Parts: sequence; structure tokens; C-alpha cells
Amino acid sequence: MTATIDAAPYTVEEVCERFDPVMGLEVHVELNTATKMFCGCANAFGAEPNTNICPVCLGLPGSLPRLNGTAVESAIKIGLALNCQVRERSGFARKNYFYPDMPKNFQISQYEDPIVFDGYLDVPLDDGTTWRVEIERAHMEEDTGKSLHIGGATGRIHGADHSLLDYNRAGVPLIEIVTKPIVGAGVRAPEVARAYVTALRDVLRGLGVSDVRMDQGSMRCDANVSLKPKDTEAFGTRTETKNVNSLRSVERAVRYEMGRHAGVLLSGGTVTQETRHFDEQSGTTSAGRPKETFADYRFFPEPDLPPLEPSRDWVETLRAGLPERPWERRARIQTDWGLSDEELRDLVNADALDLVADTVDAGAPPEAARSWWVSYLAQQANTAGVTLPELAITPAQVARVVALVADGTLTNKLARQVVDGVLAGEGEPDEVVTGRGLAVVSDESALTAAVDEALAAQPDIAEKIRAGKTKAAGAIVGAVMKATRGQADAARVQELVLERCR
Amino acid sequence: MSDTQRSGAGAASGSELISLDAAELARRIHAREVSSVDVTRAHLERIEAVDGPAESGVHAFLHLDAEGALAAAEAADRAIADGAPASPLAGVPVALKDNLTTTDMPTTAASRILEGWRPPYDATVVARLRAAGLVPLGKTNLDEFAMGSSTENSAFGPSRNPWDLTRIPGGSGGGSSSAVAAGESPLALGSDTGGSIRQPGAVTGTVGVKPTYGTVSRYGLIAFSSSLDQIGPCARSVLDAALLHEVIGGQDANDQTSVSAPLPPVVEAAQAGARGDLSGVRIGIVTEFSGEGYQPGVLGAFTDAVRTLGELGAEVVEVSCPSFTYALPAYYLIAPSEASSNLARFDAMRYGLRVGDDGEHAADEVMSLTREAGFGAEVKRRIMIGTHALSAGSYDALYGKAQKARTLIVRDFTAAFETCDVLISPTTPTTAFPIGERADDPLAMYLADLCTIPSNLAGNAALSVPCGLSADDGLPVGLQIMAPALADDRAYRVAAAYEVARGPGAGPRIPELRALETTR
Amino acid sequence: MSDITRDDVAHLARLARLAVSDAELDMFSGQIDAIVDTVSRVGEIPDDVPPTAQVVPQTNVLRPDTEEPCLRRDVALAEAPAAEEGRFRVPRILGEEL
Ligand SMILES: [Zn+2]
Repeated sequence: MTATIDAAPYTVEEVCERFDPVMGLEVHVELNTATKMFCGCANAFGAEPNTNICPVCLGLPGSLPRLNGTAVESAIKIGLALNCQVRERSGFARKNYFYPDMPKNFQISQYEDPIVFDGYLDVPLDDGTTWRVEIERAHMEEDTGKSLHIGGATGRIHGADHSLLDYNRAGVPLIEIVTKPIVGAGVRAPEVARAYVTALRDVLRGLGVSDVRMDQGSMRCDANVSLKPKDTEAFGTRTETKNVNSLRSVERAVRYEMGRHAGVLLSGGTVTQETRHFDEQSGTTSAGRPKETFADYRFFPEPDLPPLEPSRDWVETLRAGLPERPWERRARIQTDWGLSDEELRDLVNADALDLVADTVDAGAPPEAARSWWVSYLAQQANTAGVTLPELAITPAQVARVVALVADGTLTNKLARQVVDGVLAGEGEPDEVVTGRGLAVVSDESALTAAVDEALAAQPDIAEKIRAGKTKAAGAIVGAVMKATRGQADAARVQELVLERCR
Repeated sequence: MSDTQRSGAGAASGSELISLDAAELARRIHAREVSSVDVTRAHLERIEAVDGPAESGVHAFLHLDAEGALAAAEAADRAIADGAPASPLAGVPVALKDNLTTTDMPTTAASRILEGWRPPYDATVVARLRAAGLVPLGKTNLDEFAMGSSTENSAFGPSRNPWDLTRIPGGSGGGSSSAVAAGESPLALGSDTGGSIRQPGAVTGTVGVKPTYGTVSRYGLIAFSSSLDQIGPCARSVLDAALLHEVIGGQDANDQTSVSAPLPPVVEAAQAGARGDLSGVRIGIVTEFSGEGYQPGVLGAFTDAVRTLGELGAEVVEVSCPSFTYALPAYYLIAPSEASSNLARFDAMRYGLRVGDDGEHAADEVMSLTREAGFGAEVKRRIMIGTHALSAGSYDALYGKAQKARTLIVRDFTAAFETCDVLISPTTPTTAFPIGERADDPLAMYLADLCTIPSNLAGNAALSVPCGLSADDGLPVGLQIMAPALADDRAYRVAAAYEVARGPGAGPRIPELRALETTR
Repeated sequence: MSDITRDDVAHLARLARLAVSDAELDMFSGQIDAIVDTVSRVGEIPDDVPPTAQVVPQTNVLRPDTEEPCLRRDVALAEAPAAEEGRFRVPRILGEEL
């Protein structure tokens, strides 16, 4: 089924002996605003079909769009984070085409005057170097609804006998970020593509403007690829690969298309300008709609929305509020906490960096904070089948547990029981300590009494200790720990045993 | 309050009630000399008497809601009895152009493609009318999607001019203008994209106002050309139009093109104007709007009006706005372009008509079959012209140039308003033409909007006030008064002064329905 | 003349999703050609005149990002030509999977 005759016949190394790859990446990001782009309906993923719709996002006759101010701010913030210029006067345009998932049969987008333009992103590569990806523009637009194809084989469009439409997603705010042609990456082109999308995802996550979940479609990437023969100037014919739903797929799709293009060109053929679909399973692409006819979207200025003229003050306020870039923050944290590269990578991979940082901010020493999240809490998350951020404990709560250990209220073993209590919903760490009676027994007279009792119960051992055989104290300590159900500080018990036998 | 209620005053006859201005009706209703229910019933009876049959009556209404109207009238009467009328016009009936969404009545825009559609929301202006205690009687006829100058493009048959039922009542808002002219409603709402309130007002002898763009919310107005569309009042007097204007006007969060500036004081201006003094007012006659193509009787009535304005103390001068000659071509590019996009949503997927859903045709084919069956010829024509004007190959030469024409027209207005307080012209080059005369000649039809279009392109205020009858055919002529954006009050002041000076001698307010008996 | 041919009009009708008949094509092509010819007069206007797309005197009109009540689903679907499982039912969609 997925085996295809145009399986890429050349490796990127082989391709790059004869060609320079040229890439253009278009990334669509759904903003995580509370409401949609042009109406007050909830912007929520996974709601019951057609429950977040209104006259505006359903395109009912007479309805008018109402621009969401937070979406505009997010667009400007994204532009600033990508070193873009903010256009002094920008506006919306209508992109006209008929499709059943688009209620008005036009999409409100931006055309000649996107809100931000001309920027760049310095993208960290695996070898520690950076690659500058130039940004052409980022603009605002609205998402479409979703169709469900009924009948036919697998819910796919081909062979279906009718379709069902859900407009919950219609009007969800989108930002489309478009790169300038990425040239000169050579064999590293697939890696650059993945690194760019990764870096972009991290920047957007850092800004807090989107969930950037490729698996849920809140971040989607289209990869344009063409090959330029090494001895020519003009770019080759490009293809646009859609449906690239993971970071790894971005790299694979670019690699596959490079090889496929080379195969076509080297066998004397010509590349068809078309949309292609990436198949996750096979790692190949297949032809979609050929673009032999130039799609004329008949853009014209959106008459229902006045222009945007972001003031300098507004832009500078937003710029001042930008967070550190994620990789700069990571570098700073690595130095501050004294982490090895491997330790840092583990934290990032476990999605634990923010959690640890927040735990440190709540007062815990970095080492203790890190240790909790990557070992005990990671195990608990694994057992529960959730991600670390989903675990029912906050960085502040972890920091409190660390503090209770540091001041001797808890032993490490008790601390884990407190964490278990928090995870079980028994309240704040202090409440769990009280509720479960987990504090270390630190009452000296009670401890002394317990020690005396244990010595009296085993007079022969007591005699050995008095005779100088201090190693025998271990048995008494064990008995005391057992009697206090582990809540005594074993080192202190040891001291008391020796004291009482002196 | 009840001591002002004189016994016997409520005995006004139905024929008297339907001839009264809205302001006078409101006065009597609020003084409890007559009830809103009585006034409403009188108008419903008038509608019953003259509106049908569709083939030969006035046919102003596409949908009547007698029950809803009487309920609203009862509510208004109760509020008045409690001493708390919702507004100065509470209890007065009003008719609504059928391109305004209403939750309690179907909304069709006179198109088969929307036949029977029940909107789930009220247009902002409709909500404001309800909140002000007015009594919506029903929905009035129009050219399909407001595209036309005669109502002949209505999918449900034309409306007829009460002055001569063989003639057009203007368009697109011919249903609203003929309802008001025929005494079927004292007030109506229209929408004016290129003259669709003013031109029907002129040919039916009624007042029609296109407010400054952005001063009346378009939310719930089925869009024809969004950058030109403007909702406004239709009435039999300038003051009535002003009173209705104040009910519907003002900023609305649901329309982001609605302006934050306060609504011009139009009622105050109409009252001030009625004192009949225009000294110190400079009035410019737009010289481009005369000559070839203008009916002599229309120019005669216009000349009389100019003399009257001079007698009121105004200084009348001539001004040239040379770019206005581009207005008609620019309009017939911009409006179809926007319409081609606005009407794309009528695609049989979510509401309205669906044709060809037989399990064989795909969605795209059902869209095309439905739009073919659901749209009339003029709508299709304009959609295709707009599609052409926006296409990559012709955008610069057509749509792009039309936008530049718009700039020139704005500049001409700006220059003219530097020397003049208001500008005047005939509202339309001819009086009402016979039904059918221009039906097959779109270009001839488009000429009806020659004088009204510039104000839509520039967004300024403009109104039409009756200025007597044409000497050559005895039919009403309209005087157009244009004012700068957000200076609607100036036009009202001049119109009210003129209205008083003109007097009622311009002919019967509500004409005898001459052709009605003969065609029945 | 503006050179709008019958084929051009057929193409426009396809773009605009209008399944026009042959008789209509005959009628429309003459009319549209004449109209476009007339309105092409705007071509006389110099290129250096700036465009006016809108006459709204304000900028930056923004809505607060706060949720408002939606339409009830049964109300929205009541006007649909066909509905199924809480969704709008439409004929099969040709074209690419988006
Ligand atoms: Zn909505």
C-alpha cells in the first residue's frame, strides 16, 4: 500500500553532489486565545461538534467580524521574538475560494501588508552551531472548520458518499509564519528544517501564545522544497509537502523530497509543481492536487475591518515583556545550576526544565529540585501514564517538601510518602505530614525512653556496647526505628544509644 | 398624564391615522388620545386594502407579522400607561427592509436562495427599534440582495409606485418607499449602497436618508457592498426621518466599522431648520448633475427648489466636482467586486436553498446548481463582473483603478465642502419609469443612481427630500442634499427648512392609488 | 470593447459557482462585455493616485478576548438543509484532503 514506485532513490549526500536544495517553510500556529479571531466563541480543542459557533464564525448573512485584540498582541509578540519589523499600517484582506469547511467561502487573512515582516531566527543545530533562518513575514488569519467523510473505505475523502461538517475550529486564530528561501544548507537542509521548526516551537511556547502541539494540529508545517543544479542560478520547480505532523517528520519529508526530486531530474524528467502529502508510516510523500492552473484567490481589502496602526508605545511595551529566548535561557540555567550537557538534555527531553526552574524559584536548591523531578516524580508519572507537567503536584509543593527535608522534619523516605500524599490529593505537604503523622520523632525524652526500653529488652547487647563493641549498637537502633515506625532520625538514635551505654 | 387625554380624540378614523406623520402619531399615542394598537390596526388594514395582490397591488411587503405587531403595540401601550414610554417614537409602526435580520420573521433579501430563512439573531437596528418600543409591521420588498433601482429584481415580483401602479417605486428599497408613500407605514428602514434609500424616496415623494458611513451599525444587514452599505430611515417628513435616525444610530461593538464619534444632532437640526431660516448657509449646486439625460420636469422642479432655498436666506453657488463622472463606473466595479465575495457564502451547505443533492452530485456541483437556481440574472451578472474585476489579470485596471477613482471623488467632496456647507442636486435624473422599461438594459437602469453614488463612495451624509411634481408627468421629484461626513445635521437643517417653505402644495402626501382600481 | 468573450464568461461562472445555461451565457456575455467596457473608463485615472478601499476614519478597533454566548447547536442546525450527528451534512467533497 505505502510502497511506492517513487521511493527516494538518492541520499542527501548524493543529491548535494549535483544540486543545492532550496527550502521554504510555512508554519501555521493556532493561538491559544480564550476566544476566536473574529467572534466571542470559545477557542477550545475537542469540544462537542458545532457547540462553539455563532452567526459570525458560521458566516451567517448579516454577521460581521470583530477582531480579537489579544490575537493582534500575540501576532506582534511573535514578530518581535522573530526579530521582525512591525508594520506601521496593516490590514486584512479576503482570500476568496469555495470550500465547504469555510463558512463564508472566503478566508479573512492578510495579503500585501502583513502585521510583521522581515525578521530572522538563529536556530541552534545539533553540533552547537547556529543557522540563521530569514523570516519573510508572519500574518494573521482564521482557521477553517473540520470535515468528516462518511462512507467509502477509511473515512478518507475519496470514495466517501457524503461529509459532515463541524465548525468549532472555524475562526480559530492562526498565525502563518513564512521563511525566505533557505539556501546553502546543503546536506544539512533536512536538519535545518527540523531545527527551525523546533526552535520556532520553543520560542512560541516561551511566549505562551500557543499550545504548539503538532499532534493536535495547533502547529502545522508545510515544507517547500526545490533543487537548483549547482551550475545554475534559477531555482528549480518546487513542491509543497503538507501533513507534516511532527518535528521528525519535517526532517524526513525534506530528505525524501530532495531525493525524489533528484531522481526525477537525473532521469531526465521534470518536477511537477504540486502539493504533496507526507505519510508518517512510510516516510514518503504522494502527489496531491497538481497546481497546473494558478489559483487566483482574488484578494481584496477586507471592508469590514478598519486598519491596524500599532503605536510605538504599544509595540515597545510588548517588546519589553518578551521572555528570554528558550535556548538562551537553557544556556543560562546550565551555567547557574552547573549541569552537564547530558543532564540538561535529560531535563529538556523529560519536559522538566520549566518544572525544575519553577521549583528553584520557589526556594529549592537546583540539585534537589532536579533530582526530585527526574527520578521519583518521573517514576510516578510513568506509572500513572501521564507527562511530568500533568502530574498533580506543583513546583511550589515540591519545593516545600525539599525544605522539610532540609530542616530535618522529614527523612528522604518520609518525604516520598508526603509526595505520594500530595499526588493522592491529600492536600499541601504540611497537611499530609500532619494527616499521616509522618514527622520525624524529634522529642528527645520520648526517643531516650525508646532507647532505654530497647536496651532493657536486649541486656546482652547492651552489655556488649558497654564493653566497647559499638558496632552492636546497630541492633538497638534497628529496634528503636521499628518502635517509632521509621519516623526517628537514625543518626540521632545511634548517638543516644552510645550515650546511654557510656 | 390621563387628564390630558381628551374624550373623543381617540375616535380618529383609520384613514386619518395612516396619513399622520410619525411625530404626530407619537404625540397622540403618548398623550393616550389614541392607542398604539389602534394605530397599528389602522396600518394593517391599509396594508390589507392596498398591498395585494402581488400581481397588481403596491406589493410593498414580502412578509407581514400582524400578530407580532399587535403584541408589540400592546406592550408599548402598557409602557405608556405606566408613564414609561421606551422612546419618543414608542408605539409607532415601522416597516423593515427584508435584508435586515429578524428573529421573529423570515429574512430573504428577496432571493430564492434564502426563501424561508429564519435568522437566529436580530440586526442591531432591529434590536434598537424593539428596545425603543417601535412596532415592526413586516418585511419590505427589495431588488434581490439590494441590487437594482426598481425592485424588479425581486424574486417575489416588483413593488409598485403608489403614484402610478404601472411604475417602479425605485430601488433597491422600493418596498420601504412605497409602503411609506402609500400610508401602509409611517416609517421604514432601508439600506443605501448606491442610492437605494434616496432614489426610491425621490420617485415616491418621500424622505430618504443615507447617514454618514459608520454611524448606523450594519450588523444584521445582509451585505451587498460592505464598504458602501449604510442603513437609514424612510419617512414622510424630515423630522420623522430624524427621529428614526436617532433611534437606530450610534456606535455598536458588533460592527467594528461603526464610528465612535457621537451621532450628529439630527432631530435638533430638523427642528431648527423648520423655523425656516437658512441665512448664512452656503449651498453648492453640483454642476455635473444636469444636462443631457435629465428629464426637463425634474430640472424644472430642481430649479424651483434652488429659488426657494435662496428665498430662505441661503447663498446658492455652483461648484464643479469633475471626478463625479467616474463615480458610476467606479461603483459598478467596487460594488460587484465586494458582492462577489459577500454572496459566496450562499452555497447550500449551512442554510438556505439546496438544489441537486441527489447522491450523485458532489458538494461543488450542488453549490453551482443551487446558486444557479437561487440567484436572479442581475445578481449573477454582478457576481461575474466582480469576479472578473478582482481577477489577477484585471485587478489593477479595474478594481484597483476604481479605488483610485474613489480617492478623487473624496477629494472633490473635500474641496467642495471647503466652500459650501451642503451640496445639492436632483436625487435622480428622471421620475419613476414604467415597470419593464429598463428591465433588459442594465446600463440604462444603472443611470438611475448617477447622482446618489458619489456619497456612498465618499461615505458622507446625503438625503432626498420631495421637491414637488414634475411638470411633464406629474410624478414626484427628489432634491438631494449632501453634507460632509458626520455633519448629517446640516442636511437635515436645510431639508427641514425647504420642506416648510415648499409647503404641502407639492401634491397629496398619500396619493390616490390611481391605477389600483383599473388593474384589479 | 473590453473583449470579454463567451468563454471568459463561462470561466467566470465556473469560478463563481454558477451553473449557467447556454442561453444565459449568450445573454450575459454581451451584457457583461458592454458593462465592463463602460466601467473601464476608470482606466483613465493616473496610476499615482492612491487607492481608497474604505472610508472608516478609525484604526485599531479591537475586541476584548472574553468569551460570549454561542448559538445553540439545535438552533444552528435547524436551518441546515441536512444535518447528522450534530453536524452539517453536505454532499461528498471532491478535492484534496486538507
Ligand atoms: Zn463564533
